[in-house]
Order: sequence, then structure tokens, then C-alpha cells
Amino acid sequence: MNIHEYQGKQVLKQYGVSVPEGHVAFSPEEAVKAAKELGSDVVVVKAQIHAGGRGKAGGVKLAKNLDEVREYAKELLGKVLVTHQTGPEGKEVKRLYIEAGSNIEKEYYLGLVLDRETSLVNLMGSEEGGVDIEEVAANTPERIFYEAIDPVVGLTGFQARRLAFNMNIPAKLVNKAAKLMLGLYQAYIEKDAAIVEINPLVVTGDGQVVALDAKFNFDANALARHPDIMEMRDYDEEDAKEIEASKYDLSYISLDGNIGCMVNGAGLAMATMDTINYYGGSPANFLDVGGGATAEKVTEAFKIILSDKNVKGIFVNIFGGIMKCDIIAEGVIQAAKEVDLEVPLVVRLEGTNVEIGKKLLNESGLNIVAAGTMADGAKQIVELVG
Amino acid sequence: MSVYINKDTKVLVQGITGSTALFHTKQMLEYGTKIVAGVTPGKGGTEVEGVPVFNTVEDAVKATGANVSVIYVPAPFAADAILEAVEAELDMAICITEHIPVLDMVKVKRYMEGKKTRLVGPNCPGVITPDECKIGIMPGYIHKKGHVGVVSRSGTLTYEATHQLSEEGIGQSTAVGIGGDPVNGTNFIDVLKEFNEDEDTYAVVMIGEIGGTAEEEAAEWVKANMTKPVVGFIGGQTAPEGKRMGHAGAIISGGKGTAADKIKAMNEAGIEVADTPSVIGETLIKVIKEKGLYDACKTH
Repeated sequence: MNIHEYQGKQVLKQYGVSVPEGHVAFSPEEAVKAAKELGSDVVVVKAQIHAGGRGKAGGVKLAKNLDEVREYAKELLGKVLVTHQTGPEGKEVKRLYIEAGSNIEKEYYLGLVLDRETSLVNLMGSEEGGVDIEEVAANTPERIFYEAIDPVVGLTGFQARRLAFNMNIPAKLVNKAAKLMLGLYQAYIEKDAAIVEINPLVVTGDGQVVALDAKFNFDANALARHPDIMEMRDYDEEDAKEIEASKYDLSYISLDGNIGCMVNGAGLAMATMDTINYYGGSPANFLDVGGGATAEKVTEAFKIILSDKNVKGIFVNIFGGIMKCDIIAEGVIQAAKEVDLEVPLVVRLEGTNVEIGKKLLNESGLNIVAAGTMADGAKQIVELVG
Repeated sequence: MSVYINKDTKVLVQGITGSTALFHTKQMLEYGTKIVAGVTPGKGGTEVEGVPVFNTVEDAVKATGANVSVIYVPAPFAADAILEAVEAELDMAICITEHIPVLDMVKVKRYMEGKKTRLVGPNCPGVITPDECKIGIMPGYIHKKGHVGVVSRSGTLTYEATHQLSEEGIGQSTAVGIGGDPVNGTNFIDVLKEFNEDEDTYAVVMIGEIGGTAEEEAAEWVKANMTKPVVGFIGGQTAPEGKRMGHAGAIISGGKGTAADKIKAMNEAGIEVADTPSVIGETLIKVIKEKGLYDACKTH
């Protein structure tokens, strides 16, 4: 789960990480009020969307007086920002962050992420701040420095200082930078983050080390133990169908095609998408009904697939392990009846209780095409959708 | 012969009184797996399906000599269950539980360094040596005893591949699901090593998916060490970048871990990669025929 920059900064503040003063605003009036409260000469009006690259896309404005704050707030609210992370459809700005301007001397990059090869969290830093770090990694990888963190002792002071020195942070500010890194690591661990990025981290004219941006992504599997983070969830930033799916513990992702898919198991679901593509079709979604699904869950999965108006046909591909085929069949029948199914449906069942499942489908009186294998099913649905 | 588990394996079920665990305990018993104990804190002294239940893994091991544990404990407590199995010095802990917070697994992995226990999973279907021992959640009947080893990051995709092999008369020595999480216990190379040394395994099917670089590393290892033919498949070839498709491990990020990279690395190591999951069986048969191993692998 992602949160907004201003929420990320609230989290960082709890861990003693220096961030500029600021307030969230939902209207131009609130933006002006926030700027007045800050009382600084220059304020920054920042669009709050769950995507990076806002600056380049015109989502960050420097205002020198309250009139400019109002003007920029009006301009940005309701505007659709297209950045390299939003996709071509962009994201509508619904919230602004009004922040005191900083006297920036130099920009740096800081990030925390899990390294899968070593199973250790890595703190990474670079002197190349304020730019796309993936470009730095591709073109000048030697300019990014890493510290692998032992989970038993956590990030140590010497590691933080070493990274700060490697990043060429001015010697007299290294201790301040190290303190910020230790706070950042504490926030990452205690809140079960998956990724934290501070880009840029800045050194200011008055000798402070400040997090000017904050990008947090949290481990979805750990959210249950962080009600404070869950409260920060902004449903406006997420796909409505994905939200609906998550209520039923279904793993659903919207895609651009027209063949709805319902599969058990993430690997098989991905492979089903691959197979549909292989036969010239295009999947409308990824949907893993997971283990332990009930008939109700399957019905909801069906409804979510059909709520996508692009869907011209559905392919159900189930290999029962945890899942029992008769439960899937019951759910399919119940759902098809409830939603008055009008598009073609191809079902491929295999595994535990497959015979009962097939019998239920055959006796349902519904127009269901039975497929023998995954390839057969994919071929049939691609042909039926045309 | 087989790898990791066989007819003598004495199995302990952690979290045995949960509904999923109960269902699969019954299935495993029916398959013939020797389940000697269950553990659920607070339920010690009771019995389920004729299996004695203990309060701790330590008690269960002392009383029954269990050497492999299978974990069905709910995600918030699963990491702790793994630690308990490691501390009791079991040979192996197979963790079925999905959705374990990744930072819990980072700690578990560190704790396990230098310890005796091998962890398989989490978020995996388990391990099966056909006709001898089934540990996990896979449907037993699709597996047939034989000489092809199967190792996979995905549960249902493993069933798909195994089912194809069995339908074609090609039995399996052991099938190992290593799980779809970014931090797991046993990796491809660990299992490939075992298959390479196992006299009864003549060929291997390796099923990977997008995300991470485990398949690339395994391909390197195969190129340098493997004496038996390997065929493969990579799931998620058409998945968009940056999207988490159920398996926490299956995300392409920053251009790393793409299907194309993996397939290229595998081809360079002499691993034939199936175009679609439906032809994994066919691809293996083609390769073992070329190597003159078909008759030896044909079991039924």
C-alpha cells in the first residue's frame, strides 16, 4: 500500500527525521490558510498523488506570496498529472501539500529496500539526488552506495556515517545525516515498510539535513498490525475493482484486455494470462481466488470481473489443490445466475473433487463451455470473444 | 530413492487444529504419510484423526521422534512457528502459510544461519515423493512414482506440470514447491543439487516466474554443474511491470527479473523453456527422447 508524501512525512516526524513544516489542503482556501500559518516567504504547493515524477510533470510550484498560492492551488486541484509512473491516463490531483520553502544547498538520494539475493534490508544513498535513481543505477551504478543491514542489530551508527561520507555529505553534517538515517530505518522496520525513498534528501544553507520528499510503500501482509498506517489509505488513488476485490481477500489487478480471468494460485493465474496472449487474446485482469475460497468469494470474484465493461468473455481455470472444484463450480453457478451472464464462459476444472464440480456445472442448465486443458480453454475463449 | 522426504519420514503438523490443517492432515494420512504428531498451544493431550496433539514442538519431538514439520499456522504467528521448528532441530520445516510479513522472514532467515533445519517455503504447496510421502496441500492423485524431479516457485503451476507428466506416463521422483515469497528457505539451486545427486532422478522440470534473479542464478549453476537434462517454464511473461500479481516475489522492478532475461539465461545454460505451461510435459518428453532417457523415464 502507498501513502501520500505528506502522510509519509508525518510518519518520519514520529521518528525524529527532519522534514519542512507543512499542511495538507483540499481547496484553494485551505491552501491559502495553510500558507498563512506557515508564515514563510516562499511556500511550495505540491500535488499529492501516488506517483513519482510530479516535479517534471508540473505538479510542484514555488509561490512567493498568498495570491500565487491561491492561483497554483486552483490550477493544480482537479488537474490530471501524467508522470512516468502514472501511465498515459494520468492521475487527478485531489489533495495539495503546502510546505515551507527550503534553502537548498545540495540534493541527495536515500532509499531503503529489501535485497532479495541476501534477504537483508539495504540502505542505499547517492550524491545524485533529485533525479530518477533508476537512471543513475543504469548509467553510473558506482555512484550509488549500499549498506546491508543485519536484522539482529539493525542499522549501526558506523554504517550510517560511512554511507554519509560516501555520499559526500559535508563532514560537519555527517552526524546529522546519520541520525536521520537511523530514524528512517527505525520507521521502516517498525511500520513494516517495503520501500522508503527520500528523493531528494537536502542539505540546507543553514546547515540542516532535511527529507524534502517521502515515498512509502508498505508490506500488504503486515498492514493488519498497523492500524495507523491503514487509516492513511486513500481509496481515490486505487482502482475501484481492486478495492472491492481486497474486501473479499481476492488478489485482483485490472488490465487492458477483454477476457476476464478467474484462476486459483498466482503462478497459474500469470501463466493463464500468458497462454491467452499466446493464442492472440488479451486478458482484462489478473485474478487469483487463492486458497480457502468459499462459494460467496467466487461469486464476488465473478461480479468484479463482470463490472469491467470491457469484458467480452470469461475464462475460469482452476487446478484444485487447496481449492476444491465443487466449491468453484457452486460459486460459478450462483454468480452466473445472480448477474444474468451474457458473455461466453469457458471453464476448465482439474484437481480435488473435479468430478463433482463438472457434474454440478453440467446439471446447472447454464451455457458453459467445458475445456479439457488450459491451452484448450484459452484457445476457445479467444475464438468466442473474436 | 528420492530427495528430502520418503516413506520413513515422520511428520509433525504445526497448527493441526485449524480447519485448513485438519483438511490436509486427513488428506496426507489417506495418502499414507506417517503423521506422528500435531502441535497447537493449549490443545496438548488431545487427539485429532488419531494423531496426538502437543503444546510445543519440543514435546512432540521428544515423544514421537518427528523429523519433519509442516506448518499451517496463520500468517501473524507463522514466523514464530518456523523458529520453534528450527530450535527443536528438525531436519526440515515446510511452511505452507501465505501472507507472512516479509520483515518477519528476514529475521527468520538470519536466525536459521548455521542451524540444522532446512526450511521449504513459506507460501508453498509442500513436498511430495509419490507413493511414499506427501507433505503439504497438493492433490496426491496427480503424482506418479518415477524419475523426473520437479521444482517450482508456484503451487498450482506445479500441479499443472506434474499432471501433464503423469498423463504421459512419466512419473516423478520428488516434487518440491519452494514458494512464491521474496524471502524463502530453500532455493532452486538447493533442490537442483539434490536432484543432481539423486540416483533415481534422471531429468528435472524447473518452473520459475518473474521477479528476483533466482532463475538466472540457477541457470548459471546448471551450466556449471548439472549432469542431467533440465527443462523449464517462466510464468508472468505478459505481466506488466511494477504490479504485484499475488506472489509478493513476482514483481518486475527497474527492468530486473523479466521473463525475457530468465528465459535467455536458461537457454544459455542448455535448459529448454516451454512456450506455454500446457506444453511443459511435451517439452520434457522431447528432451528426454533426444537424450535417450525416455524409456527409463516411462513408468506407466
